[in-house]
Amino acid sequence: MLYRETGQFKTSYKKDMAIFPIRQDRWALIATLIFVVVGVPLLATEHVIAGYLIPLLIWAIAAIGLNILTGYTGQLSLGHGAFMAVGAYSAYNLAARVPEIPIILVFLLAGLIAAIFGVLVGSPSLRIKGFYLAVATLAAQFFVEWVFATFPWFVGGAASMVIDTPKMTIFGYQITTTLDNYYLVLGFVVVGTLYAKNLVRSEIGRAWMAIRDMDVAAEVIGIRPLYTKLSAFAVSSFYGGVAGALYAFCYVKSVDFTAFDLFVSLKVLFMIIIGGMGSILGCFLGAAFIVVLPIILNEIAHLFAGQIPSAMLSNIEHMIFGGLIIFFLIVEPHGLARLWMTAKEKLRLWPFPH
Amino acid sequence: MATEHQSETLLKVDAISLSFGGVHALVDVSFDIQKGEIFSIIGPNGAGKSSMLNVINGVYQPTQGTITYKGEVRQGMRPHEAAVQGIARTFQNVALFKGMNTIDNLMTGRNLKMKSNLLMQGFYWGPAQNEEIVHRQAVENIIDFLEIQSIRKTPVGRLPYGLQKRVELGRALAAEPTLLLLDEPMAGMNLEEKENTCRFILDVNEELGTTIVLIEHDMSVVMDISDRVIVLDYGRKISEGAPDTVRNDQKVIDAYLGVAH
Repeated sequence: MLYRETGQFKTSYKKDMAIFPIRQDRWALIATLIFVVVGVPLLATEHVIAGYLIPLLIWAIAAIGLNILTGYTGQLSLGHGAFMAVGAYSAYNLAARVPEIPIILVFLLAGLIAAIFGVLVGSPSLRIKGFYLAVATLAAQFFVEWVFATFPWFVGGAASMVIDTPKMTIFGYQITTTLDNYYLVLGFVVVGTLYAKNLVRSEIGRAWMAIRDMDVAAEVIGIRPLYTKLSAFAVSSFYGGVAGALYAFCYVKSVDFTAFDLFVSLKVLFMIIIGGMGSILGCFLGAAFIVVLPIILNEIAHLFAGQIPSAMLSNIEHMIFGGLIIFFLIVEPHGLARLWMTAKEKLRLWPFPH
Repeated sequence: MATEHQSETLLKVDAISLSFGGVHALVDVSFDIQKGEIFSIIGPNGAGKSSMLNVINGVYQPTQGTITYKGEVRQGMRPHEAAVQGIARTFQNVALFKGMNTIDNLMTGRNLKMKSNLLMQGFYWGPAQNEEIVHRQAVENIIDFLEIQSIRKTPVGRLPYGLQKRVELGRALAAEPTLLLLDEPMAGMNLEEKENTCRFILDVNEELGTTIVLIEHDMSVVMDISDRVIVLDYGRKISEGAPDTVRNDQKVIDAYLGVAH
């Protein structure tokens, strides 16, 4: 009843093929947008925005990138952290060495550089598939970590191999407060999400899914496997690169190779597995689950501080987190996004039985 | 049945051999396919029928021999190039994109006709959107033709087998092929579904003028709708001709029924 499409007649293919064809979805989306633009700054504390929301949004961008490659195109990647690192270091070097470039362009260029790197990493994907490709991307991960840990040139010669990111200005306006950073990230998230959503419902998105579902048949109907896979690598690492740059500039405010290690790659992979492979919404749900849940568990744990030894507390935290992951994977192996789909199906009739 | 005068050769298969190591899948097979006909390839299991289709649309490269398509000799063709030249096919085991719905499967069949680039598709602006809508109309025509309106938004993985086969035929038709290769389109179907599929094949052949190469085990179907038939056995061509000629060929009867040695 709450989610009924009755009476929403589509009289043209254009309407039927709209990005959000169901009215309730559009309302929900507009409400969410208003909430995150107007509501959040009014309601949330600076601590919540800087500590929860900014990383959540950045991880969602990274997850969209990996989902395009792994969820939509079926190419398993363990090197997403490397693409993020390439994006972060590119952005730093562009911004520090050529301060004339507007910061938004810096982020986009950083994405492009990551995309080129992604195409290089993905180039063996025509020949090697599945787990073997995952190992190849793993090699990229270690290679990138090694490069950024070894050559101080990438951090402007800083001996500590860690350096603060330069100040950001947009049209003369300096990005300083948490809220400025939040809006900057939010802008990238909104545009990036719509862009990804459009891609996956267009010809290129269908080609990606065709390669994932049945690559021989895809080739027989005229899809070029190499181009399709490499375009997925390019778009995926573009998102990864932008996410990495935003992570460095808007969240941790420094460039540090340890921030993009293998664990980061796995973290993004967990996000899309838990959120839902082949779903843009799933990227947000997965990011929320992986990023925000531990923080919330941590806050809850603080309530018990003093009563339980802190070492034990942090262990319990990890156990609950791990337990929840397993619980969700058993309840819905296709991820939170599928859970939401099922809920929507039910809501079409609820509360009436038929 | 197809038109009376068939003179123009669409595809000429000349002395094709295909080996996998020591296994000879095809040995010195030659035949011509005329424009606008329904041409059937039959033979016992393992005779090399599907291999022949795979050679025609470039999945396998023949070890020897040449293929002339539309008057041009083809060298080392990839499946993608075959598709560009108007060859479409269906598979013996349904090879649909199971995660996508019927419309998207058919739309994917039209991928070669879509021209907008990544940037336009991402913003879904002007030309990209128009293109989607134009091709959606074409896809809807095929959906009407195949009478699968009710499943247009169902993920194809959930469809019963017979409907999956029909969607796969639709995906091949969406490419508007000149030459359509059908690998056992009626396998596992009941009588009614077979009749439907026959009707679709004949309609495609008559209304769109599509040349059809058919592999099928149901002899009554083959003999009813084919213009010409070749018979393969152990990778060799053992007979060729009109259905009646082939039916009465002693070598064909021997191949199917076995012969006393």
